[in-house]
Amino acid sequence: MDFLRPASWEEALAAKAEHPTAVPIAGGTDVMVEINFDHRRPEYLLDLNRIGDLTEWEVGEESVRLGASVPYTRIMENLRAELPGLALASHTVASPQIRNRGGVGGNLGTASPAGDAHPALLAAGAEVEAESAARGTRLIPIDEFYTGVKRNALQPDELIRAVHVKKADGPQQYSKVGTRNAMVIAVCAFGLALHPETRTVRTGIGSAAPTPVRAKAAEEFLNAALEEGGFWDNGKIITPSVAKQFADLCSAGCNPIDDVRGTASYRRHAVGVMARRTLTWTWESYRGTRRTIEGAA
Amino acid sequence: MRVNFTVNGRPQEADDVWEGESLLYVLRERMGLPGSKNACEQGECGSCTVRLDGVPVCSCLVAAGQVEGRDVVTVEGLADFAQQRSESGCATGACGTSLQDAQQWRAKGTDSQTGEGTELSPIQQAFIDAGAVQCGFCTPGLLVASDELLERNPNPSDADIREALSGNLCRCTGYEKIMDAVRLAAARQSEGV
Repeated sequence: MDFLRPASWEEALAAKAEHPTAVPIAGGTDVMVEINFDHRRPEYLLDLNRIGDLTEWEVGEESVRLGASVPYTRIMENLRAELPGLALASHTVASPQIRNRGGVGGNLGTASPAGDAHPALLAAGAEVEAESAARGTRLIPIDEFYTGVKRNALQPDELIRAVHVKKADGPQQYSKVGTRNAMVIAVCAFGLALHPETRTVRTGIGSAAPTPVRAKAAEEFLNAALEEGGFWDNGKIITPSVAKQFADLCSAGCNPIDDVRGTASYRRHAVGVMARRTLTWTWESYRGTRRTIEGAA
Repeated sequence: MRVNFTVNGRPQEADDVWEGESLLYVLRERMGLPGSKNACEQGECGSCTVRLDGVPVCSCLVAAGQVEGRDVVTVEGLADFAQQRSESGCATGACGTSLQDAQQWRAKGTDSQTGEGTELSPIQQAFIDAGAVQCGFCTPGLLVASDELLERNPNPSDADIREALSGNLCRCTGYEKIMDAVRLAAARQSEGV
């Protein structure tokens, strides 16, 4: 095994181009487990810790450019207002020790269907900034990023530099099922974001399909129902039948398996429950904001 | 490969390090510092917790090569580390814990069971006083995590303590005494004892 220690992003890209089998390591919270257990013996380890700008973020007009190695701890502390869904998801990642090391770039690189960040990224809307020495930078829409179980759209010579996450324009929620609060791989997880500016709703489902997915049929149904009932304007309580139909469609959007953490039917059920709850939480929050704005005017 | 880094305030060098080796392995097997415990090797148990550039991490998940030029504090150096912190820096210019001292480090509490002396950090003394040590395997990781919590948050709520220690497992399940110990250390800290 060789340990490659690029001091800059350009050096890292050059190293990845020269050794496409090199395994990037940043927080190490996935890679080191595999090495410790002898599940993986990469020819090259490509250490990204020395590249400082990977742990930085910029808050722009529309989105946050989040460096691939920004630890979850920093996201929780600093980006709660801009990325509430991702901040909530970050809270559920493992333990303080892991959140101090791990970041979204690693979640994306590993592309496990159980990665905690994915439902939040899908719901908020995001693009993955991938780069190679040969072809430069490209932005991969998050919906096209996950291609299979632990597979993603990266080319062998590409590295993830950052993820551009849309800033919240409305309430966002995140929910995760597990046996305890800390140190849990999701049995399943659900992210929901209201986008009042476009009058749309986006979802993200984790650990209930071969890849993280959106429940698109459920989104379309809810978008139409909210529009039809004038909910965005009148701020009425969501009709229970609408919430139920949304929950059912989210369950139907899953394609889960039975495994040690839970059965497929439990996952489908739990995703429906989380969908209904997160819809209620976000919608109540949206109604509350509306009232405040109207009251002030 | 060779790795140069700072352990408990002193520069150290590890030779013939395998590229896939963890920081934990280097500390235990190459530096002779077995205070950081090796249990799950997957970041689940927190018994290998050390400070890396001040931040608590699972040393089993840090590749040895990643610590080149960086600063590690282990449980063996915690007493010196805490003392230096309380003195806001290093007054004598010769602080930190030498490898030999760290290798021979023993708890010297102020009660009859642990001998004489004051070479414990406040959190270590609180663990002894509160009876928070049972088999002792999880203790080093909990000490490092608790010490960092109290540095960051001198007056933590119970929820804060639970959250900060949520990555450290105690299979004797002595969590209540551990909570007591952290509360005790926080109270002593705020009273300036």
